[in-house]
Amino acid sequence: MTTVGPVPAAQPVGRVAGTRPQGASTPAPRRRRRQRGWVVGWLFALPALLFYAVFVLRPLVSAVQYSFYDWNGIDLARFVGMANYTKVLTDPQLLSSIWHAFFLIIFFTVLPVVGGLLMAALIRELRSKGFGTLARTVLFLPQIIPGAAAAIAWVWMYSTDGTVNQVLSAIGLDGVTRAWLGDFTWALPAVGLIGTWINLGFCTILLLSGIGKIDGTIYEAARLDGAGFLQTFRAVTVPGLKQEIGVCVTMSVISALASFDIVFMSTQGGPGYSTMVPGVLVYQLGFTQSQVGLASALALLLTLLILLVVLPLQRAFRSED
Amino acid sequence: MKTSMKERVPGIALLLAAMVFSIVPLVSMLSAALQPQGTTPTGISWPSHPHWHNFVDAWQVADITPLLVSSLILVAGVVPFAALFATMAGYALGALKIPGGVVFFVLLLLGLTLPREATIVPIYYQIRDMGLLNTRLGLILVLIGSFMPFAVYWMRAHFLSMPKELSEASSLDGAGPWQSFVRIQVPLAVPAIASMCLLLFLWTWNTFLQAIVLIDDPSKRTMAGALQNFVGLHSTDVVLLNAGSLLIMAPTIVVFLVFQRHFVKALISGAVKG
Repeated sequence: MTTVGPVPAAQPVGRVAGTRPQGASTPAPRRRRRQRGWVVGWLFALPALLFYAVFVLRPLVSAVQYSFYDWNGIDLARFVGMANYTKVLTDPQLLSSIWHAFFLIIFFTVLPVVGGLLMAALIRELRSKGFGTLARTVLFLPQIIPGAAAAIAWVWMYSTDGTVNQVLSAIGLDGVTRAWLGDFTWALPAVGLIGTWINLGFCTILLLSGIGKIDGTIYEAARLDGAGFLQTFRAVTVPGLKQEIGVCVTMSVISALASFDIVFMSTQGGPGYSTMVPGVLVYQLGFTQSQVGLASALALLLTLLILLVVLPLQRAFRSED
Repeated sequence: MKTSMKERVPGIALLLAAMVFSIVPLVSMLSAALQPQGTTPTGISWPSHPHWHNFVDAWQVADITPLLVSSLILVAGVVPFAALFATMAGYALGALKIPGGVVFFVLLLLGLTLPREATIVPIYYQIRDMGLLNTRLGLILVLIGSFMPFAVYWMRAHFLSMPKELSEASSLDGAGPWQSFVRIQVPLAVPAIASMCLLLFLWTWNTFLQAIVLIDDPSKRTMAGALQNFVGLHSTDVVLLNAGSLLIMAPTIVVFLVFQRHFVKALISGAVKG
């Protein structure tokens, strides 16, 4: 720590002093070879850069351009300045889609991370290799199937004749059965639970791999001190998994704010606008309602929101490492 | 120090509950898929005579054969090229440390958090102007581009972890960067490349948004993209819908069960690196 000051100050001096005479005395062919090295190095990067520039950066720049225009995709576009942005930030329906996305964080992030921590700690505690592997496989399965397919499975689960209502009736809760995805109050939490279903296995496995890196003797020491499962969980497991928890939170928050497949295939944003999220709205505005400018403004605001939420999160979980 | 049985019971019960939660939707689909066609099934109930033939019918109705072929073509068009370009760029950024590479790298970091929705509308018009709407080529190009941030990041991390002496030694031997790349670096990078390819396969196969936007004809889409059309056509026939959806999911589940360990490892290290 104490050397931080002198080192950067000394380095440039040393480098300048060292390289200048060397550069002057370097034979010309070697220098030419180094220059060619740069060119060759960039040639290696070129295909990736090209694809990224043409199919990600260029559309992103176009989106910025579109967002200042009123355009239906066919006729001449009309410049409207910030009108699309003000519309997103003032229109109650557009605004509510953003709130829904944030509400989904409870189901996409909070439940899977808390549940995943608990599951990972339990799997470690049981120390049964066979059961542990089985549990991991089963919990991970929802992460593998396409989100669109997961939505179809749950549409059937939530339907009037579906398994959710069947179970509720079986335990004497006939009164609460309903068509869950058609219910204005319950549709959004119901969609959220699909996200919990998908993300739980991912968090469990990621956290479990983190637990494997925690020194086993710390667990032994805790046990010898008479700490129970919950105390060990709080004092050893959770603090030891800071980085992994950070990754789980970051990835799942992005999946909540940018959700599309699940909502599109289960409710299309309905009933009414009760489950509308920005992702589905961008699709509808852009491709079925021909409001390209508005769709672009919403998409860019969504991107900005994701950056605003994710960057501080990453800093918070990495700062002390 | 073994935990007593009494202490373990609540833990096991919780774990079992979570496992049931994970598996029930799939069991529920299977149970519905095996009911007699034309009936309206209720929840989970094992039929006395499971109609396995429903899967044969669903295979025809959902037109699975062309879908499988289509998905395989897309995977073959995306994964090898994305892997090659990413490995080359990762080598340039991680081992050759090209001047100005930092700029490229920062741009890629931006791409890592970019949601697909951000670019999907302009991508549609761009692919239209290139005359590639409704072609697999258009979708392949878009997917390669969108996988670049993660894939290059992944390969750069690999090449950064390799000892510097390796590239220095080979350049002293007079091997050019390309020879050193092909003969020495790539063979050593095979495990990293293989894990990346598994992830790229899974993501290509499960691609939904880009598939439904860029390709109208469901038989040219990915398996996941074709689900949208299938549901639209058969949303009232619960039995057939579930059988068809299970068929569409089956390939990824099979691949996952076969390569399970690699998959889990790849996803985890991918997440930690990302």
